[in-house]
Amino acid sequence: MAFKTPKKLVIGAIIAVTSVGGMAFAAGGGVMGDYKMKHPDWSFNGAFGTYDRAAAQRGYQVYREVCAACHSLKYVAFRHLGDEGAPFYLEDFPNPSDNPYVKNFAADWSVEDIDSETGDIIERTGIPADYFPPIFPNDAAARASNGGSLPPDLSSMVKARSNGADYLYNLLTAYDSPKPAGLEITPGLHWNPVMEGGKIAMANPLSDELVTYEPTEMMDYGELKLVDPPVATVEQMASDLTQFLAWTADPKLEQRKSIGLMTIIYLLILSVLLFFSYKRVWRNVEH
Amino acid sequence: MSGPSTYEPKYAAAKWMDQRLPIIRMGADFMTFPSPRNLNYWYTFGGILALCLVVQIISGVILAMHYVADVDKAFASVQRIRRDVPFGWLLQSMHAVGASMFFLAVYMHMFRGLYYGSYKAPREVIWILGCAIYLVMMATAFLGYTLPWGQMSFWGATVITGFFSAVPIVGESLQQWLLGGYAVDNATLQRFFALHYLLPFVIAALVGLHVWALHHVGQNNPIGISEKTKEDTLAFHPFYTVKDAFAIAVFLVIFAIFLFYLPDALGHADNYIEADAMKTPPHIVPEWYFLPFYAILRAVPDKLAGILLMIGAIAVLFVLPWLDTHKVRSMRFRPVARWFFLIFIVMCFILGWCGAGTPDNVAIKLGSKMVDGVKVDSGITFYRLSQISTIYYFAYFLIILPVLGLIEKPIKRPDSITKAVLGDGKRGAALAPAE
Repeated sequence: MAFKTPKKLVIGAIIAVTSVGGMAFAAGGGVMGDYKMKHPDWSFNGAFGTYDRAAAQRGYQVYREVCAACHSLKYVAFRHLGDEGAPFYLEDFPNPSDNPYVKNFAADWSVEDIDSETGDIIERTGIPADYFPPIFPNDAAARASNGGSLPPDLSSMVKARSNGADYLYNLLTAYDSPKPAGLEITPGLHWNPVMEGGKIAMANPLSDELVTYEPTEMMDYGELKLVDPPVATVEQMASDLTQFLAWTADPKLEQRKSIGLMTIIYLLILSVLLFFSYKRVWRNVEH
Repeated sequence: MSGPSTYEPKYAAAKWMDQRLPIIRMGADFMTFPSPRNLNYWYTFGGILALCLVVQIISGVILAMHYVADVDKAFASVQRIRRDVPFGWLLQSMHAVGASMFFLAVYMHMFRGLYYGSYKAPREVIWILGCAIYLVMMATAFLGYTLPWGQMSFWGATVITGFFSAVPIVGESLQQWLLGGYAVDNATLQRFFALHYLLPFVIAALVGLHVWALHHVGQNNPIGISEKTKEDTLAFHPFYTVKDAFAIAVFLVIFAIFLFYLPDALGHADNYIEADAMKTPPHIVPEWYFLPFYAILRAVPDKLAGILLMIGAIAVLFVLPWLDTHKVRSMRFRPVARWFFLIFIVMCFILGWCGAGTPDNVAIKLGSKMVDGVKVDSGITFYRLSQISTIYYFAYFLIILPVLGLIEKPIKRPDSITKAVLGDGKRGAALAPAE
C-alpha cells in the first residue's frame, strides 16, 4: 500500500470478492428490477452551473477515507486541488503549490521515489507536484487484493459513464433496493440494480455516519466563516463524492462555461452585425 | 465563367511581381470571380467547410505537439492535454467537436449538390473531387478517433480493420500489413498517427483542385441554368464574402454551443476508459457520421457482402454524373425527382438511426406477441429497416435517377438567372447597386 494507513479505516471499503472481471467496467444504462434512477439537480448542470465547493471538499474527504482504500486517482495531481475552479482554490494562492490545503493533503500521502544519493527506492512525503499515488503496485496486485476484480481508476469516472454523475450517485445509493426474485448473485458479487446485469464486485462502501464531517471554512465576502457540515448520510456522502469526482473528471468545467458564454455572446453580436452588413451590401441587388 | 483577368497592377512593385509570379492577380481574380446572383444559403457551406479544415489543421497541429503515440502513454497524454496544457481542454474539444461539425457541413454541402444537380456536366470533375475529399475525410476521422486510445478507439479500430480480413485469399495478410501485427497495437497506433497527420494535407490539396475546377467552369446555382450575361452574376467580393461571413458566424454559434456546453454529446462515454484488449465494450458503435454506412454494412448477413455494399454506397457517388442522365440540373424543375430526393434524405436518416440501434431490436412497434410465455414487442426490426433503406439508397442512384432521366418531364424553366430573379412583372428593376 502506497499511502499511510487512513486514520478512520473503513470496513465497508474492504472488499472480499471472487473473480468475474467483466463486471467492473460495464457501461451504465441497463437498470435492473424495479429500481427508478434518481436524478438529483446537480449544481454543475446547466449553462451557468458551477461546482458546490463545500460539497466537493467533503467529497474529497469521502474519497480519501473510503474510496482510496482501493481506487486510484492517477490523472489528478495534488496541485490540481488548488487550481482555479477546483474544490480547494484560494484566491490568495494563485500558485496552487503554495495553497495550505494542497500542501496538507499532499503531505497526508506517501509517494514512492528514488533516492538520488543511493538509487534505492524510498517512500517520501507527498508534495503538491505529485500525482495521487497508485493504491496497488500493479493491476495484478489490485486484482489479487480484490478477489480478481480490478477497482477502476476514478479520475474520469463521471465522464466514462453515460450520465455519469447520476450513474455514480445511484450506484452508491442503490445497494439496499429490492432484488428481483430469481436473480442469482454469485458469492463475492453484490446486488446493485444500476450496474449492468445487476451484479457488482464492490461491496456497499457507504453506511450512515461512516465519515465525520468537519465544519467547512468558507470565505464569505472576505470573512472566514465556518459552515456547519450536513449529517453524513449515505445519500449525502454519495452526493458529495459525486461533486468531487465530477470535478476530477471535468476540472475545467467552470472555465469552459464562462469562456463559452462570452464566446457565444461575441458570436451572436458578430452574426447580427454581419447580417446587417449583408443587408447593406445587397440593398439594391435583386436576387 | 472564369473569363479574362480584369486585374491591373496599380503599383510598380505589384507590376514587377505580376510579371514574375501573378499571385496577386490570382487573389484579385478570386475576389472578383463572377458568381450567380441567385445563390442561396445552401451555397455557404463551401466557405464553412474551408474554415472547418483550417480549424482542424491548426488545433490538430498544436495537439500533436502534446500527444504521445504510444499505447502506454497515449491515453495519459490526452488526459494531460485536457488537464494541464494551457487551453488544452479547449483545443482537444475543438478538434473532437470540430470533426463532427466538419461532417455536418459536408453532408449539407453534398445534399445541396444532389438537389441542385451540381454533379452534372460540366461539373463532373468538381463532384468527383468532392467525393474523393469526402472519402479521405472519412479515413482521417477514423484514424483520428483511434488516437485517444480509449475503449471505443481501440475496438472501433479493431472492427474496421477486421473488414479487410474478409477480402478473399489475401485478406488476413492485408489486415496484418495494415495493422503492422496480428492485432491493433503500438505499431498500429503509430502508423495511424502518422497517417492522421498526413491526410489533412491531402484533403487541402484536393480542396485546391476542387476550387480550381469550380473556378474554371463556374458555380452552379439553385435554378441550375448556366450564367448567360453579365447581369446574371455578381462579384464574389463583397456580395458573397459578406453572405458567407454571416453564414460562418451562425455556424460558429452552433459550433460553440457544442464545444462549450455539450462537448461530450456527440462522443461516447466508453472513450473515457483506457483501451483494454481483454475487455470488449457491450456495444461498439462508430461516430454518428459513420452510422448510415455502418447500417448498410450490417444489412446483409454475409461479412464480405456487407463490406462490398458499404464500399459500393460510396463508390456509387463517384459515378453519379453518369447515372443521372436528365438534362435539367435543378430538382426545382423536376416534379417527380424532388420527391424521390426527399425520400432519399429520410432514408439516410433512417440508416443512421439503424446504425445506432441493435439489429435485432424492434425499431417500429406494430404489436406484440408471446414468446415462451413472455409478451414481447413485434414489428420491424432495425435489421429489416436497414435492409429496406439500403435497398432504397442504391435504388435511388441505380434505378430511380437513370429511369427518371429518360421519362421525367420537367416543368417550365426561366430563360436565365436574371429572368428568374426579376420575374416577368418586375422587369426593369435595379439589378446592381447604384454606384
